Amino acid sequence: MVYDTHALAAPPSPASTGTPLVEVRDLSVEFVSRESTTRAVNGVSFSLAPGEVLCIIGESGSGKSVTMRALMKLHPAKHTRISGYMRVADHEVSAHSEREMRDIRGSHISMIFQEPMTSLDPVYRIGDQIAETVVHHKKCSRADGYARALELLKLVGVPSPERRLKAYPHELSGGLRQRAMIAVALSCSPTLLLADEPTTALDATVQIQVLVLLRRLQQELGMAVIFVTHDLSVAAQIADKVAVMYAGRIVEYGSVADVLQHPAHPYTQGMLASTVSGHMRGQIIEAIPGSPPDMRVRIEGCSFVPRCKSVKPACRRGTPALVDVLQGHQAACANFV
Amino acid sequence: MKPMAERDFANPLPINTADRGGRQQPMLLVQSLKKHFPVKSGLLQRQKGAVRAVDNISFSVLKGETLGIVGESGCGKSTLARLLMHLITADACTLVFDGDPVSEIRGITLRDLRKNMQMVFQDSYSSLNPRLPIRNTIAYGPVVHGMAKSDAERLANDLLNRVGLRSEIYGARYPHELSGGQKQRVNIARALALTPRVLILDEAVSALDKSVEAQVLNLLNELKRDFNLTYLFISHDLNVVQYISDRVLVMYLGQVVEIGPVEEIYGNPRHPYTRALLQSRLSMNPAERVTEPPIGGDPPNPINPPSGCRFRTRCIFAEGVCEASQPTLDAVTGDRHPAACHMTDPMSGHTKAAA
Repeated sequence: MVYDTHALAAPPSPASTGTPLVEVRDLSVEFVSRESTTRAVNGVSFSLAPGEVLCIIGESGSGKSVTMRALMKLHPAKHTRISGYMRVADHEVSAHSEREMRDIRGSHISMIFQEPMTSLDPVYRIGDQIAETVVHHKKCSRADGYARALELLKLVGVPSPERRLKAYPHELSGGLRQRAMIAVALSCSPTLLLADEPTTALDATVQIQVLVLLRRLQQELGMAVIFVTHDLSVAAQIADKVAVMYAGRIVEYGSVADVLQHPAHPYTQGMLASTVSGHMRGQIIEAIPGSPPDMRVRIEGCSFVPRCKSVKPACRRGTPALVDVLQGHQAACANFV
Repeated sequence: MKPMAERDFANPLPINTADRGGRQQPMLLVQSLKKHFPVKSGLLQRQKGAVRAVDNISFSVLKGETLGIVGESGCGKSTLARLLMHLITADACTLVFDGDPVSEIRGITLRDLRKNMQMVFQDSYSSLNPRLPIRNTIAYGPVVHGMAKSDAERLANDLLNRVGLRSEIYGARYPHELSGGQKQRVNIARALALTPRVLILDEAVSALDKSVEAQVLNLLNELKRDFNLTYLFISHDLNVVQYISDRVLVMYLGQVVEIGPVEEIYGNPRHPYTRALLQSRLSMNPAERVTEPPIGGDPPNPINPPSGCRFRTRCIFAEGVCEASQPTLDAVTGDRHPAACHMTDPMSGHTKAAA
């Protein structure tokens, strides 16, 4: 079995004929416990073209990771109520059984996480963990799986990959561990990569290496990527499209240049104004007052009202829908209706 | 200790009544601070080596300034903070607090040092007692230091109001009933309860969301002015450090590689590591994407750090001299912006050394 980066490229899917690769319509996720119901995601809709990078930006508790995990069907069925339509390539996520999902995860859809130490198995060698995924999905021999693992470690830029194949996760530095996890995720050439804050735990000098690597791999392999982050500057580095989430809803969506350079929603504007930069020395930062709402309480009207500086009576009446501000740039704010 | 001459005296700070050494005396003088953690293994637990977490560090903190400390994870910045607070014992150290040597004869006691120097930690939840209402948490320190309980609770209420939490609403709450930003405000109030003169902020805003981080940074700036505080601000976020600091200290693998005024460090970095660190900052403009990382690799293991200059394994300017000898921070004396790099020392023999 011979692999090179070209052969790794995603196979042409029906999506390349103009239909989006990912379609999510009116997704809602609720976590139910005896005491309360947390409405983590409330009616999120978006679509993603093949080979496109979508960044979901939001603060902790905004529902960005929950949205992504729902796409992978990773939420425990017992305590979660999911409604809405989710499709990735030919797979309608809600229609698949847990058993079928196991074949889809890691082959068509892969995911990388924030903390590589907890998502790699500490008692298996790196090479074994990559080969295991390959053998499971491609039904090839163990030797071929190892050959592929070596190939992948070279691809993600791990120095002396032959030696690293035999290393345990704790023997690698944070940056190398994250690269090894990317290698596992890419092992079966997924058409969609889900990345949940993969660079947040890394040092600045290593974070930039991993971002450059992800961007290069995404372009070479033609994958679509959904990248969750709280860091606007990370989104500026990697995204094609940006969706800003607040309190379980997408409040702004558009191309990365539109959203970051000409933000329309008061929340996005506030986020940009409160991001500290060096030239603000000696000035008071324009912080958004207050804190995000408690998702256990149902809110009437726009959930940003308590923190917003331009509140109108209409804001309290109903939840604003995403409307076009410009071509392809949408915001959910009563000021644009 | 020289950088006093550059202090801005046009706008002098109100003299703190607790001031002992005078305005010129640095608040903190740290000399040859060292901490090696032994690494033991095998049946007999013999020592196999040592993590050189903090290796021979000297610096001073001036009165009323904010000294920012930056570096990557594992460079020893948090160990440094804990050593200063004496939460872990140093292998070697001379610490002078406002002219008084700490825990020496004719110096100040550890108890007095801790009264004057307080710390705020990164994890706002684990640093609060989950079984105490936050008012009692704040009053705890003053009571231990001899204040009457009713006075301490009144003080706690005042401090809660001061950090933006209304005491009648929040005073009786427990930590789990507060958000991350609110908990960090409680930690700051607790640190202020003993009227300290120095606050060590160890990644105090790093775990907060951006919009909350901005609120806490504004609060820290206010408190510094109102309570006449000196800050040691430890962070990995270069933008935040640039915003809040007067001087910046850059650490790499347990050593100081560069120290200087904030505008010098950010405008004219002298050490190749500082330059790489600054180039790793991400732009908010999608048109300015980085295509080539400024440096490769991860920081090496501090158990067996490279010989000579510790940065040489990742440095593009490394030469023979960098392997042979360790550059020192004060090679050029009288410099207010020294860097521990052979290229800044004309006598070092490095081909790129400034003449």
